Amino acid sequence: MFSNLDLQKFVFGRLTLEAIPYHEPILVATFAAVALGGLALVIALTYYRLWAYLWSEWFTSVDHKKIGIMYVILALVMLVRGFSDAIMMRIQQAIAFNGSEGYLPPHHYDQVFTAHGVIMIFFMAMPFVTGLMNFVVPLQIGARDVSFPFLNNFSFWMTTAGAVIIMMSLFVGEFARTGWLAYPPLSGADYSPGVGVDYYIWGLQVAGIGTTLSGINLIATIVKMRAPGMTMMKMPVFTWTSLCTNVLIVATFPVLTATLALLSLDRYAGTNFFTNDLGGNPMMYVNLIWIWGHPEVYILVLPAFGIFSEVVATFCGKRLFGYASMVYATVVITILSYIVWLHHFFTMGSGASVNAFFGITTMIISIPTGAKMFNWLFTMYRGRIRYEVPMLWTIGFMVTFVIGGMTGVLLAVPPADFVLHNSLFLIAHFHNVIIGGVVFGLMAGVTYWFPKAFGFKLDPFWGKMSFWFWLTGFYFAFMPLYVLGLMGVTRRVSQFEDPSLQIWFVIAAFGAFLIALGILSFLIQLVVSFKRREQLADFTGDPWDGRTLEWSTSSPPPEYNFAFTPVVHDHDSYWDMKNRGYARPVSGFKAIHMPKGTGTGVILSGLSVAFAFAMIWYIWWLAALSLVAIIVVSIAHTFNYNRDFYIPANEVVETEDKRTELLAGKV
Amino acid sequence: MIDTTEKPQFYLTEEHHPEGSTMLGFWLYLMSDCLIFAVLFATYGVLGRNYAAGPSPADLFDLTLVAINTATLLLSSITYGFAMLQMERNAKAETLFWLGITGLFGAVFIALELYEFIHLIHEGAGPSRSAFLSAFFTLVGTHGLHVTFGIVWLVTLMVQVNRHGLIPANRRRLMCLSMFWHFLDVVWIGVFSIVYLLGVLG
Amino acid sequence: MQKLARFSRLFSLLLPMLSLAGCNMVVMSPSGDIANQQRDLIIVSTVLMLLIIVPVLFLTLLFAWRYRRSNTTATYDPDWHHSTRLEIVIWSAPLAIIIALGAVTWISTHKLDPYRPLDRLDAERTVPADTNPLTVEVVALDWKWLFFYPDLGIATVNELAAPVDVPINFKITSSSMMNSFYIPALAGQIYAMPGMQTRLHAVINKEGVFDGFSANYSGDGFSHMRFKFHGLTQQGFDKWVGRVKSQGTALNRDAYLKLEKPSEKEPVRYYASAETGLYDAILNLCATPGKMCMSEMMHIDMMGGGGKESAENRQKLEYDNRHAGDGEAAPGATFPATGTPARSDEKPNGTEDGGAAPADGDMNGMDMHDGHSMPSMDHGSGDPAPAQLNN
Repeated sequence: MFSNLDLQKFVFGRLTLEAIPYHEPILVATFAAVALGGLALVIALTYYRLWAYLWSEWFTSVDHKKIGIMYVILALVMLVRGFSDAIMMRIQQAIAFNGSEGYLPPHHYDQVFTAHGVIMIFFMAMPFVTGLMNFVVPLQIGARDVSFPFLNNFSFWMTTAGAVIIMMSLFVGEFARTGWLAYPPLSGADYSPGVGVDYYIWGLQVAGIGTTLSGINLIATIVKMRAPGMTMMKMPVFTWTSLCTNVLIVATFPVLTATLALLSLDRYAGTNFFTNDLGGNPMMYVNLIWIWGHPEVYILVLPAFGIFSEVVATFCGKRLFGYASMVYATVVITILSYIVWLHHFFTMGSGASVNAFFGITTMIISIPTGAKMFNWLFTMYRGRIRYEVPMLWTIGFMVTFVIGGMTGVLLAVPPADFVLHNSLFLIAHFHNVIIGGVVFGLMAGVTYWFPKAFGFKLDPFWGKMSFWFWLTGFYFAFMPLYVLGLMGVTRRVSQFEDPSLQIWFVIAAFGAFLIALGILSFLIQLVVSFKRREQLADFTGDPWDGRTLEWSTSSPPPEYNFAFTPVVHDHDSYWDMKNRGYARPVSGFKAIHMPKGTGTGVILSGLSVAFAFAMIWYIWWLAALSLVAIIVVSIAHTFNYNRDFYIPANEVVETEDKRTELLAGKV
Repeated sequence: MIDTTEKPQFYLTEEHHPEGSTMLGFWLYLMSDCLIFAVLFATYGVLGRNYAAGPSPADLFDLTLVAINTATLLLSSITYGFAMLQMERNAKAETLFWLGITGLFGAVFIALELYEFIHLIHEGAGPSRSAFLSAFFTLVGTHGLHVTFGIVWLVTLMVQVNRHGLIPANRRRLMCLSMFWHFLDVVWIGVFSIVYLLGVLG
Repeated sequence: MQKLARFSRLFSLLLPMLSLAGCNMVVMSPSGDIANQQRDLIIVSTVLMLLIIVPVLFLTLLFAWRYRRSNTTATYDPDWHHSTRLEIVIWSAPLAIIIALGAVTWISTHKLDPYRPLDRLDAERTVPADTNPLTVEVVALDWKWLFFYPDLGIATVNELAAPVDVPINFKITSSSMMNSFYIPALAGQIYAMPGMQTRLHAVINKEGVFDGFSANYSGDGFSHMRFKFHGLTQQGFDKWVGRVKSQGTALNRDAYLKLEKPSEKEPVRYYASAETGLYDAILNLCATPGKMCMSEMMHIDMMGGGGKESAENRQKLEYDNRHAGDGEAAPGATFPATGTPARSDEKPNGTEDGGAAPADGDMNGMDMHDGHSMPSMDHGSGDPAPAQLNN
């Protein structure tokens, strides 16, 4: 192939033509589809001359609303990827019986389930949650942007870089075959010498930087940038849950970063942290990764709880029942989530007292969670419930989540866990809480805040279709897994011997198909709503008769969010304002101080991808070069002192006058 | 309940300046960094006595060298303090002078640490020799990387102060670096006591 | 209406499911006393929780129906958002359940601790004083199970047997990966970890053939890492032992090292005799000649380490790369596209290694300069799957 192997190795590291999986028909077809789709997108963008617009208005924007929207778009793209993996698994498990090996050999199946977990948690749920927090929190607290707008843009692009790295593994090389938490020794250099685990490590490390920084940013925003009068105990519940989530992010992602760094040292530098060799200890990794891993569950679900709280109050036309206990419950969950990690491996043999301690702390979490459930319930009590789509998701959540919570507490009883651990019962449990809690919450949130972001509502018919497909699909897909778990079927198995299991896997595959229709309905909903945007338009900025500050400004909000900073007097401040005859100011506008956009985030993110790729493939010259470039670009960025500007008063007047006319025409 | 007929002020007509978030944000960053060190300390705590039938701290560490090293870093914290005092007095040249001294101390610290590492590796006690040495090199090395990064930052800031003077943005940056530098000092005291002192004497 | 429809659909889905599955839900109808108690615990906990879950589900659907907007007869009270009495109830109700469940948890966790020797054979019978428990030493290999019967001197692969109503005392370890030893009909699982020993005490109360497997993913051959567990009468067990002794070969170190190499779908094997101390050597990761046992290493470490002049110990303690030199891909090895033999590429780049461990050169020398020409690439280039690692 090459005459000089040394030169080839120097230039390309361990990257060879063999790394392109052209012999895998599934991957070739996927690649062709992605390439054609991508090409069509590029051509369309070029044809409509949108590149400059995208670059200046979106990619380099530091506007928290645009960044939030970009996060959600990233999450939706990754949802499709992660869900494709899910469907592949469901089909494999439904057909791999009676000696049939199915269509996915183990080395492929193992990558699929690893990728599914990694993508759904890190690149679907995380960006989705972060995106909603980014969009909503500053609006809810009456701020004009986040504390560190550039950092926000940078965080987004680092998350995207992580997603790009993970996606690259599909077409160049392979992904990890270790399960989503990559336990050593399996993930060590001796047992997984390929690039898969390296893709995993670098993808998560790069995205993790973005996540941690975004956490810091949002904490600072919530603590420092609230509108005057909004004390901590007057903050909207979604803001509260966001605060707790970001505290959890800042307090746990560094643990993940450090743990993965130790794993990479084992793999790259031959150290012995988690090897069987020379005094290393793989159990350390399992402990460390779950010290991050368990709070991560709450990182995802707390904002969903916040969304449900907003949705329930709005659509019941009633203030949230038990605001204070809701807040305390959130804080208690935040704290307790740190001292339960061992329940993920009771079966390691830690001894009865240790297991019992962690089992009981885990159960204690269900007390505040139960209190929250009652709070939503009693918000509905004596309410006037409007069954718009977000409310449907909320009811679906309440019914589904309690079942997941129950099986979760069951798994927290150590002797019960001994028979259910790692079984499909466990899989059913955590999908029950993640789909029933997080995904339903995110869908409710998207439907709820979509009109705020774009100025028109989502089409309710397709929203209901999506909801019902998701809900029934969920039950069809995961109830059989509970049963299979009780039949003693363990997770991550790709071929089966017992033919009596097959029917359950077929039902589960049917459920997955229903969920696919649910996702499809949502995508159709986006298209249909865009086409019908004239009919669905909302000029008031307050389409749901909302209660919190974000509904007081226009939809979509102007770049500066609020022409005048609102002053808060009570909970549900906008509801309070409406009740007390608030009149929107129509004159006296002043110039507004705003941060400037910058391309540094995009550049650093691109360089990070290059660095990660070079590290994965041992292309040392490129790694060194991109690392130096990252440092130089970062330093150069600090030499730019000119980071803000004023939106001139006349521009503000123009924007606000337009809204005045719109509102007048409407009323 | 508030009287609903009364109409309170619902918005500020003046421009609202929320208080700066930089110090809080940077503090949060330091805490997240602190957690990385916490993990490394915990790792050292678990693996620190797994010598893999190889050398132990008592065989390897030279406390005199470490004492000098510690002294340099502590001194650099003091000199950074002097720089901040000069900054308060708005004395640009003096600030730069003390920053320079701080950077020099930092560089000496790094040089001594590198010397120690190279020496250990030559003795056959590299990071892959045992879990104890893996944990040692990673903990101390991560601290060293932070100091190195601090020096790069310090030099950058010196250029910026020199160019723009002690403007508010630069003062804020000097404050952040100050927190960072003292933080590294505190971490080093942990490293010094737990790794070196307990290792050799304990 | 929608709510009701969903509710009834949920039930119509669940009920036939449960009745259909009732016959083979092994976790819910096990054959060993420990698993039976664990099953009872699942039922007790579930019932305890249903005390609160059922009212919540009911109230959710009731309120969702009653307070719909079209029902103008229902009370609407937009300012009602606090009630101290209600708040006390909603915090204390779950608290009460959790106190009860917590007590159950504490007691049952201690009672069913897998490390605790049995004190009963089943609900009615305690363990007779003169019982000799059967000791079984379990080794999880890539990807099969090896069982030693130290009292009987025999060993088997992928088949386990035990007499009914005799306590079994499992000692469990693994050769390289983290696995989980699980026989659902017998008792809950426990991890099998390299260099470490976990324990499990259990008893089988019914005759029969039961499934056992690894419940923790450990790489390519994981799906087939299964074995049959035979619950036999005492006579049946003696016969089985006799069969193993008459049909079996000898399990010495060489045979073990061949067996230990990664392989899938391994058939049942009998060993009439097993080298003494082999299990301990496996547990201490020193079955391979020339390796230092972990116990010895720990002893040296306890005494303050091996000092500076101990470079030769290093190679003796590298267990994971034992298959790297002999052309075997490691268990987790990647498919040919990216494959590199274990630890072949990174070593030359790690500066600290070159000087410190000259011995490493031998192992890596042959692959050092062409990472992509790994042995498994010779097998049909059209097949992306890794070479089957049967030996």
